[in-house]
Amino acid sequence: MNDDTSPLEESLRSAAPLDPGAWERTRRELAARAEAEDLVDVAFERHDSPLGPILLGATPEGLVRVGLPSEDEDAVLDELARRVSARVLFAPRDAVTRARRQLDEYFGGWRRAFDVELDWRLTAGFRREVLRATAQIPYGQTASYRQVATQAGSPAAVRAAGTALATNPLPILVPCHRVLRSDGALGSYRGGPEAKAQLLCLEGAV
Amino acid sequence: MARDPLKRHTTGRTATASLPPFEWVVELHGPAVLRFCVVEVGPAGAEDCFQEALLSALRAYDAVRDAGAIRAWLFSIAARKAIDTHRARARAPEPVEDIESLAGAEENALRDDTLWAEVRALPHKQRQAVMLRFAGDLSHAEIAAVMATSEPAARRNVFEGLVQLRKGRE
Repeated sequence: MNDDTSPLEESLRSAAPLDPGAWERTRRELAARAEAEDLVDVAFERHDSPLGPILLGATPEGLVRVGLPSEDEDAVLDELARRVSARVLFAPRDAVTRARRQLDEYFGGWRRAFDVELDWRLTAGFRREVLRATAQIPYGQTASYRQVATQAGSPAAVRAAGTALATNPLPILVPCHRVLRSDGALGSYRGGPEAKAQLLCLEGAV
Repeated sequence: MARDPLKRHTTGRTATASLPPFEWVVELHGPAVLRFCVVEVGPAGAEDCFQEALLSALRAYDAVRDAGAIRAWLFSIAARKAIDTHRARARAPEPVEDIESLAGAEENALRDDTLWAEVRALPHKQRQAVMLRFAGDLSHAEIAAVMATSEPAARRNVFEGLVQLRKGRE
């Protein structure tokens, strides 16, 4: 009895191929059934954008995470598993479908505000206040880190405001790209400075 | 698949602290589980058997305590679902399948199903061990976990199954 591979074992292995079409089909059906049976806590999809592929994750409450192209997709899914629920699945969900359509419109230049339910659970306390203040900055306009810190209730907490924006779980929809340094420099961005410049340029803000 | 993101969930921390996203479980182990279902219940019922197994796994996922044992756990669920499928068929023997469903089954049918038909004719333990080993690509330790037996027993079941198959082919 040994582990040398015999011709018979080879035949057994090679006689069990999987049709890629069958696999994709059954996987889609599985996702649809899981979603229909309310077994998915975070449903996600990938969306192609001019910035690159964006990951969109939603809980039943709404969109919970937007992963920018600069972010490692595995890391984003892992974060969702740890912080929300491990029942994360690539599956269709209304909030994601709506967000995808609206992102297309936004990048096409004919949408100025998003109308999607947001789930804020990945941010809390002062950081959440900063992001809520950021969500109020209109399309095409910008604010300084100090302004959003002030709006969030702590004018001195400029650095903390920066951290809140750098860890924004919902970039683009919560437009942290509209927050600049008070000297007019772009400042940092979760998706990288080029992405920030691209978004501001799209909005005609710079 | 080159990457194995499940690995980092099995090293250096307690298993209960974090489970990998279920998506990774589907991505990494799904194809092997589907292959196992195809050889176990045949192409016609395989996709449903697979989906039932994965839905059960998703339902029970929160209760998993050892991320390193996910694969064996998944196959034990699939093995149970396959038995359910066989039982359901025995209770209500299916009418001869119509042309359409046969055509659908053809699409994902195995290239050489005669060999797997021979496997299906083996005694239960040998049959299951051979399927887990060669369609599911499980280690002997994992086969032992699925079949609730020891590793040497699992190894013996695979071995004896192969001996039987060789005899039948001579």
